[in-house]
Amino acid sequence: MIKKEMIAMLLAGGQGSRLGVLTTRMAKPAVPFGGRYRIIDFPLSNCINSGIDTVGVLTQYQPLRLNTHIGIGIPWDLDRNIGGVTILPPFERNIHSEWYTGTANAIYQNIEYMESYHPEYVLILSGDHIYKMDYEVMLDFHRQNNAAVTIAAMPVPLEEAKRFGIVITDENRRITEFEEKPEEPHGNLASMGIYIFTWEVLKEALIANENQPNLDFGKHVIPYCHDRGERLYAYEYSSYWKDVGTLYSYWQANMELIDIVPEFNLYEEYWKIYTKCETLPPQYLSKESYAESSIIGEGSEIYGKVYNSVIGCDVRIGAGTVVRDSIIMNSTEVGKSCELNKVIVAENVRIGDGVVMGAGEEKENETDPEIYNHGLVTVAEHSLIPDGLRVGKNTVLGGKFDAADFPEGELSSGRTFIKAGERR
Amino acid sequence: MRAIGIILAGGSSHRMKELSKKRAIAAMPIAGSYRSIDFALSSMTNSHVQKVAVFTQYNAGSLNEHLSSSKWWDFGRKQGGLFVFTPAVTSDNNYWYRGTADAIYQNLSFLKNSHEPYVIIASGDGVYKLDFNKVLEYHIQKKADITVVCKKMEPGEEVERYGIVKMDSEDRIEEFEEKPVVARSNVVSCGIYVIRRRQLIELIEKSAEEDRHDFVRDILIRYRSLKRIYGYHMTDYWRNIATVNDYFRTNMDFLKPEIRDYFLHQYPDVYSRVDDLPPAKYNPGSNVSNSLVSAGCIINGIVEDSVLFKKVFIGSNCYIRNSIILNDVYIGDNVHIENCIVESRGTVRANARYGSEDGIRVVVETNDRYII
Repeated sequence: MIKKEMIAMLLAGGQGSRLGVLTTRMAKPAVPFGGRYRIIDFPLSNCINSGIDTVGVLTQYQPLRLNTHIGIGIPWDLDRNIGGVTILPPFERNIHSEWYTGTANAIYQNIEYMESYHPEYVLILSGDHIYKMDYEVMLDFHRQNNAAVTIAAMPVPLEEAKRFGIVITDENRRITEFEEKPEEPHGNLASMGIYIFTWEVLKEALIANENQPNLDFGKHVIPYCHDRGERLYAYEYSSYWKDVGTLYSYWQANMELIDIVPEFNLYEEYWKIYTKCETLPPQYLSKESYAESSIIGEGSEIYGKVYNSVIGCDVRIGAGTVVRDSIIMNSTEVGKSCELNKVIVAENVRIGDGVVMGAGEEKENETDPEIYNHGLVTVAEHSLIPDGLRVGKNTVLGGKFDAADFPEGELSSGRTFIKAGERR
Repeated sequence: MRAIGIILAGGSSHRMKELSKKRAIAAMPIAGSYRSIDFALSSMTNSHVQKVAVFTQYNAGSLNEHLSSSKWWDFGRKQGGLFVFTPAVTSDNNYWYRGTADAIYQNLSFLKNSHEPYVIIASGDGVYKLDFNKVLEYHIQKKADITVVCKKMEPGEEVERYGIVKMDSEDRIEEFEEKPVVARSNVVSCGIYVIRRRQLIELIEKSAEEDRHDFVRDILIRYRSLKRIYGYHMTDYWRNIATVNDYFRTNMDFLKPEIRDYFLHQYPDVYSRVDDLPPAKYNPGSNVSNSLVSAGCIINGIVEDSVLFKKVFIGSNCYIRNSIILNDVYIGDNVHIENCIVESRGTVRANARYGSEDGIRVVVETNDRYII
């Protein structure tokens, strides 16, 4: 018989629309992070480092990039004879076919997968947070308390508490109250969206609520378990944890990696972060190049100057170019004599010579000011930027442009320019 | 592919000086991210050779660790795979490998149990990319018994440590001299051979009967007029790294854009074990120019015309020039290193100075490391 004490279910189907053009063609967990990683590498690496070797990854929105990244799980040692990583997309069935309509609904639709491993516990994770956590310690906590559900939670500033699910506990960390995104929070211990369920409890709760539209953990399953008087515990976590939900927080989290001793340290031996590595070769820095306060990925060739930036793998930066406070993702090429300030350039972009980005006045973005702000310039993947273009602040570009697209040779601050047909 | 592969990776060389204390030559780190044997292994897998045996003997620890999984070269297959053969004591043999031919003889069952008609023999100390299919086609077209891959060295190169080859107008090898005092040509054997499997078994068994153990001396040279032995001209980059100077020069070659482009960016790729190291980090005070930097490095000082291997730490106010820093070296603050190869896992204390006026100095540091 196949048996796993605890298996993990990783929710990776969300778009993450507040990341703007970065998630046009990939789900948020597939977005690159920190030069050579993708966001999903963090929960996946946490799983294998915690001794969990059976992980179901639930995909829905734009799954191609995730599927190719995960493959059969070799980079995380999740290619197993029994267990390992399994991609779980929504599927058609005889009756009641539907997409994944909510976090818990997605798990509900995969009861059969979970049941096949006869687990005692099921760990629910989301694929869009940057952190290192030993789930085994959390499981110990769960077992010690004989809990039905353990919710990982961390203290947040009170004014931000209304964005989260808030748990109120007694002195033994048993949850006495659970408020999902409360108007007036009574505490500041926020749920991180990481749950350990005793399998029987989870199964019962999912089946009991199967007809609930958009079945969600925070809104329905946790309150249901709480109302039934199950033992709910809060596992307090206080190390680095970052929800890179918005472009600005995404940019910030990347920038934090370049501190001399970053709070989130990738250079620790005992908790490695694994990723699918397509490029191995060393990076080259030419005679005229300069790199300071930056991290640079494998195989990149730097002929220009790089300050306070995160550079991915296989990137080329031309001579005379100056890159500051920017994120440049894998396989992008920046021409000669460019100036890039606070730019997020996605993968496989070609930027011509003499391009200036992030210059000019501060002006609100015309279409999506809640996404493109803080002066950031965002360039969508596979874009082509013609020579000599000047790009202002709070702008977004996507598509294969040529000089004719910019009669004035400029995209002024606050403009959104996504070429028709590019936004599929 | 109609061939199986054999990689001879047992050797050591006094010409490697202190560098060979730690590892076999085939495990020498190359170009920041690779080891020497990766080039032979990658050429095998890129030529669709599915079954490869690696013969190790001398100081094989690093090499075995490097080969602990065959998946990086795509040899983790049901059909074929990667086999590592070390000398073993059996009821009728208690010798180490007494030579290259003996190594093959002691593992003759590997050859006998295969069904592919040809064998490609390569050595683990060359840096090159080669499509073995082309050599095999040439071998068949020439109706050769043995094909030897040869490289015409630049005039002025020291070639006396190689096998020197002289060919006739049809490229049939007339003369083969192993490590002559004075070389009569500048065409050298790359240590890569193609031979029919049954032919190889026959020659190896005959040599063993006569107590002869060396593939070059006792087969190539002895049979050079009896068998049809042809030379295949290697026109692309090839270098053997088995001396300190050649090792240094080969690594420095990767600072040239055309060499980097050929090995690191053009098809086919060279594969190596994946280490899961974070990206290299450049802290304030770092200034790197004309250098290769590998994953996991943290740099706080000045680096010029050098190759930094994986996980090198360079302290503040350091000056590193024209040097090779091997894997996992920690260099403290205010260190000055010029014209050196710093052996892997070394810890260089703050304020140290290493230099060399003539030639390349190998630095082996065994200080305790206090900083994690």
